[in-house]
Amino acid sequence: MSATRSLPVICAIGFVALIVVGLLLPEWAMFLTTMAFAKGLVALGIVCLMRAGLVSFGQGLYFCIGAYVAGLMANWTGITDIFLLTALGIIASGITGMIFGPLLATYRGIFFAMLTLSLSMILYGFLSKMTALGGTDGLNVAAPTFLGYAPEGRALGLSLYVYTCAIVVIAGGLVRTFFDSERGLIALAIRDNELRVEYLGASVRKEIVFSYVAAGILGGIGGVISGLAIGHVDPETAYWTTSGEFVFVAILSGYLSIPAVFVGSLLLEVVRSFSNLYFPNTWQLSLGIFLLAVILLLPNGLGSLLAWRKRRRETS
Amino acid sequence: MIDRVRKSSAGRLTSRLLAAVAAVGMLGMGTAKAEDTFKIGVVTFLSGGAAESFGVPAWHGGKLMIEMLNEGGILPPPYDKKGFGGMTIEAIPVDEAGGATKQVQEFRNLVQREKVDAVVGYVSSGDCLAIPPVADELKAFTILYDCGTPRVFEEGEYAYVFRTAAHAAMDNISLAKYMKSRGVEVGTFAGINQDYAWGQDSWADFVASMSVIMPDATTDTALFPKIFAGQYGTEISALIRDNADVVHSSLWGGDLQAFVLQAGPRGLFERSQVALAAGDHVIPQLGNKMPDGVIIGARGMNGLSAKPKATELTDVLWEAYEKEHDTFPVQAPFRMWQALLGLKTAVEKAMAENGGTKPTAEQLAAAMKGLEWEAPSGTIKMALGNGHQAIQPNAIGTTKWDAETGKMTLVDIEYYAAECVNPPDGVKAVEWIKEGFPGAKCD
Repeated sequence: MSATRSLPVICAIGFVALIVVGLLLPEWAMFLTTMAFAKGLVALGIVCLMRAGLVSFGQGLYFCIGAYVAGLMANWTGITDIFLLTALGIIASGITGMIFGPLLATYRGIFFAMLTLSLSMILYGFLSKMTALGGTDGLNVAAPTFLGYAPEGRALGLSLYVYTCAIVVIAGGLVRTFFDSERGLIALAIRDNELRVEYLGASVRKEIVFSYVAAGILGGIGGVISGLAIGHVDPETAYWTTSGEFVFVAILSGYLSIPAVFVGSLLLEVVRSFSNLYFPNTWQLSLGIFLLAVILLLPNGLGSLLAWRKRRRETS
Repeated sequence: MIDRVRKSSAGRLTSRLLAAVAAVGMLGMGTAKAEDTFKIGVVTFLSGGAAESFGVPAWHGGKLMIEMLNEGGILPPPYDKKGFGGMTIEAIPVDEAGGATKQVQEFRNLVQREKVDAVVGYVSSGDCLAIPPVADELKAFTILYDCGTPRVFEEGEYAYVFRTAAHAAMDNISLAKYMKSRGVEVGTFAGINQDYAWGQDSWADFVASMSVIMPDATTDTALFPKIFAGQYGTEISALIRDNADVVHSSLWGGDLQAFVLQAGPRGLFERSQVALAAGDHVIPQLGNKMPDGVIIGARGMNGLSAKPKATELTDVLWEAYEKEHDTFPVQAPFRMWQALLGLKTAVEKAMAENGGTKPTAEQLAAAMKGLEWEAPSGTIKMALGNGHQAIQPNAIGTTKWDAETGKMTLVDIEYYAAECVNPPDGVKAVEWIKEGFPGAKCD
């Protein structure tokens, strides 16, 4: 498996390339990329589930947990260290995932989607009622520090960008390793024939719980980064439209390639940002046309472009 | 389709000429070049639930005023100078729909990519809480023109952020005062408000104000339907069963229209005195379907309640708005106008101090702090939040259909001075109400 051996090299190259590009980007683009990558992490979680044939319409739950962990910890305890906040976000979303994972693992298809959606909507309803936490208006979050380093202005944007890129590369590498592992390949088998997987002696349930928790943790990390970058968290992060956006990025990117998820997320942000500016009254329409075009022209997502090239190289 | 307000190439020559003439008139402010532009981002709802009632009328009003200012000499003094201090205003409208996360991103794009000189915007209070820290971080001069939550400057302090409209506390304080002074018999009162921050805060403010102003009145029914619910059959049944003397509501937009249309035939307006904290903006859509005798506020001396106190400025804007949009301006355009006039005053004040060059964000902030200016909605004073939060007069009236002209009118309007219904600087609105309005200056 030469692909697995060269993975750290690919990750390192990817990271350096992202940093070099980042140094050249204007501030607004750097921020846009940071946000796209944070949301891409959540979508990557959905991709983990999509490989097993499941779609979660409630990843906003973990996105929101991550964002509120960052927001409340910063406000209540004064912790602003991004590393610590990310760790806390991972713990909170991981525990939540382990509680709901076993419950959800027995459902498939639309039932799984609806149950995940309802869980995130429960959190939305709860936070909307909590006036102590700012209710529907949410609350502001202090700027993050990086192991005692407290940057401002462009340095802050750059630090967040570098941090996000590092997380994206690490998470991407780990997920790739997982996808190529025995366990990750079983997920694909579940998608094809669940019964046969059970007969072969693997536990479908365990596998799905594992994927679900992994997806939750990725969602939590995305939420922490996004909450700190925006500087504000509100219950909207758990609303179903937010979750729907993550599902869209996952579908846009497909489950064939991991970089495609982040490219897809970036593409969506760029299209939205410019259509919002140039067509203030019809930006939703232009966004919708873009989404429709991608679905019609690339039914397997952006990843199929990369996979197609790879296949062509192998046959020639 | 609303396009960017830009000078068409055909009109550029004439505008240069006009600008040159205007520049001659500006003795002592010579260095601002005529072709200089002052670029503002205008963020308001162009789609979604708040577009029809707030966002679109506000942008219509804003666009109209920017066109008039760019022409120069149309508005009466002190607003007869072209643009902002001779600079042509270029506005970039941005849709506020999409939540606070998206708005923070778009704000950064406006400031860092489009290089706007100021941002005027935000109806949603969630957005108004999320934007100020970013505005300060980017040192971008920002005016919050519409949102109501008192939290912005009660919880935070910002150098580059100003709100040119009073916060929401005065809406419900004035309502309670109106009940008292008009002699409305209030034994019991009920409420129907949307289940989110605006509705919850409005009800809390009203209950607190009533317990001070009419301490004998009691309440046992507070309904909180979901925002954008649209169907109020159950709630109306509950209100009719409750049979309270007064029904309070801060519903707005399509929700308010639906509520009035559904409650009317069931006789709620005959059984109870209905008081709508921000209800004026649905009058153009409802027409005579808005029952007579409803107590209505407009979040300031706006819309119909501004007409009896109209100055030349109000009349010019009112007529132009009516001519262009075939309806009278409600509260939203009034708030946009007071924001733009405040910005104009601040820009010109800063230019008078810096020798006539385009002011920096720091100079603008210094000029805006504690500023006072005249708007169609009365005198706006940046009196709270250390000179960053405006107070303004308020008005409450009662609806009366005028069958002869076929128009809804407001009668029995009572006006409240800004210092009468707004807390003094440094006092939180909720605490001020509970303490019984210490230091209120009512005439």
